[in-house]
Amino acid sequence: MIRRCLLAALALVALTGARAPAPRPILVPDVSQHEVLLRQGFTGADLLLYGAIMTPEGHRAGRDYDIVVVLEGPTSPMVLREKSKVAGMWVNTDSTTLRSVPSFYAMASTRPISKIVDERTAAIYEMGLDSLQLSPGGGAVDPATQKRFSSGLADLMVRRGLYGQNEHGVTITDQVLYRARISLPSSVQTGTYTAETFAISQGRVLASAVSRVEVRKEGMEKAVADFSHRNAFAYGLLAVGLSVLMGWLAGRLFVRR
Amino acid sequence: MDVYLPIANLSVNGLVIVGLGMITGLLSGMFGVGGGFLTTPLLIFYGIPPTVAAASAATQVTGASVSGVIAHGKRGGVDYQMGGVLVAGGILGAGLGSALFNLLQKLGQIDTVINILYVVMLGSIGGLMAKESIQTMRGAAGEAAKRRHHPLVSTLPLRWRFYRSGLYISPLAPLLLGIFTGILTMLMGIGGGFVLVPAMLYILGMSAGVVVGTSLFQILFVTMATTMIHALTTHAVDVVLAALLLLGSVTGAQLGTLFAAKASPVKLRLALAVIVLGVAARMALGLTWHPDEIFTVTPL
Repeated sequence: MIRRCLLAALALVALTGARAPAPRPILVPDVSQHEVLLRQGFTGADLLLYGAIMTPEGHRAGRDYDIVVVLEGPTSPMVLREKSKVAGMWVNTDSTTLRSVPSFYAMASTRPISKIVDERTAAIYEMGLDSLQLSPGGGAVDPATQKRFSSGLADLMVRRGLYGQNEHGVTITDQVLYRARISLPSSVQTGTYTAETFAISQGRVLASAVSRVEVRKEGMEKAVADFSHRNAFAYGLLAVGLSVLMGWLAGRLFVRR
Repeated sequence: MDVYLPIANLSVNGLVIVGLGMITGLLSGMFGVGGGFLTTPLLIFYGIPPTVAAASAATQVTGASVSGVIAHGKRGGVDYQMGGVLVAGGILGAGLGSALFNLLQKLGQIDTVINILYVVMLGSIGGLMAKESIQTMRGAAGEAAKRRHHPLVSTLPLRWRFYRSGLYISPLAPLLLGIFTGILTMLMGIGGGFVLVPAMLYILGMSAGVVVGTSLFQILFVTMATTMIHALTTHAVDVVLAALLLLGSVTGAQLGTLFAAKASPVKLRLALAVIVLGVAARMALGLTWHPDEIFTVTPL
């Protein structure tokens, strides 16, 4: 994260320093919901990432820029394993450690990413599933293997509804308002999600802005999750007690009949 | 009916889970097996994380066995002495299984080991049971005479009398059996009943009337221990999920016990054999078919 911000800052400095400054747009982003509460009845949420884009003078600037929005969940280290057929059976044979796997990733853009920026820029800003920075660790891994693993991970997560990209997902109305709809499945993890918006022109990121979305458990769900970690022994007893009680009650009810 | 599961971190259709519990409860009451060998794979298939599925299935099996033990106990169908020895072994085994689980998980081979265990255990036991019950059905006579413990059991030192089981054998035999099923419980998220019931019949040679009740008795306590171990180590017991499963399974277990009292034991055993073989075949196919997911991701 820090490395990425640094790179982004450097890129901006390089851009402004080297050439005649392209008009830097004003980006005013927001998210429809800054808090997503996981509790009974939560089956997922639709987030609207929207905002306004204007020239410094305050004119509508939607025609001049491409907009890319990225919503990313908290990252954590993961082990990714790959199965292959050994003696007629599918067995885990290869594995890799990835130190920063986002628990959620969604990108939306006005046009296909490959037409907006080059590969290097896409990698710096993590635009698109092909450009995720997963920080593979543990020894030198050759790029081909790395590629295979990261696209394997992306595939897996896309099917779980946790990763996604929509290369026509950003719509701009009246040349000033942009918006993109991103849906969170019910299996999202808790934590702070960052929603980043980029305004791009001629392959260069000219403005970016971040807003945050907090995903957390609430009410009984929070209580249960906290309880299971803070007081594991009592929680275990509760679970055992509950099952014995329910079993016993059912036994009583049926005998009476 | 959408229900959000606080530990599994996703929302599920509550009625589906209750129905699933019902099926396993029926099996539990009818055959004395925990039904975990069906619950865990089905929950995983439904999208519940594997550890949460195994841990919560264990909790559910506890509930299903309570009503079963009570029902069988009232009819004198539980050998508490034999059950006590099995429980002691089972809790030891659960501890061992937990260590083994961690080791295999580190190696990344836990899924394969579990699948192979399922295929080998279920396949051999299902085959044995099917063969035996078909033989008995053909020549209906002489069933009672055939009940004897395995020759190896009589070589063990120290002998106890187990009155209700009608046995005079070394307590080491049920203890070892208990340890073995304890390991399976922890590894596979199952009660171990499908191993226990045939082993009691064909290895220990217990009288058929107390087999189901005693097996449930052992399962009850071993799954309690397993739930506690999971709660303390993996934090993967989801009470909401367990409660939903319980709702279905405790009622299912009662119905199952009623059926079991009416049906003929040989037919019951054949039915169980068919189910067990079916699951084994499915697992074997799962090992050899191209899997849906080549990649799996686990937190470090």
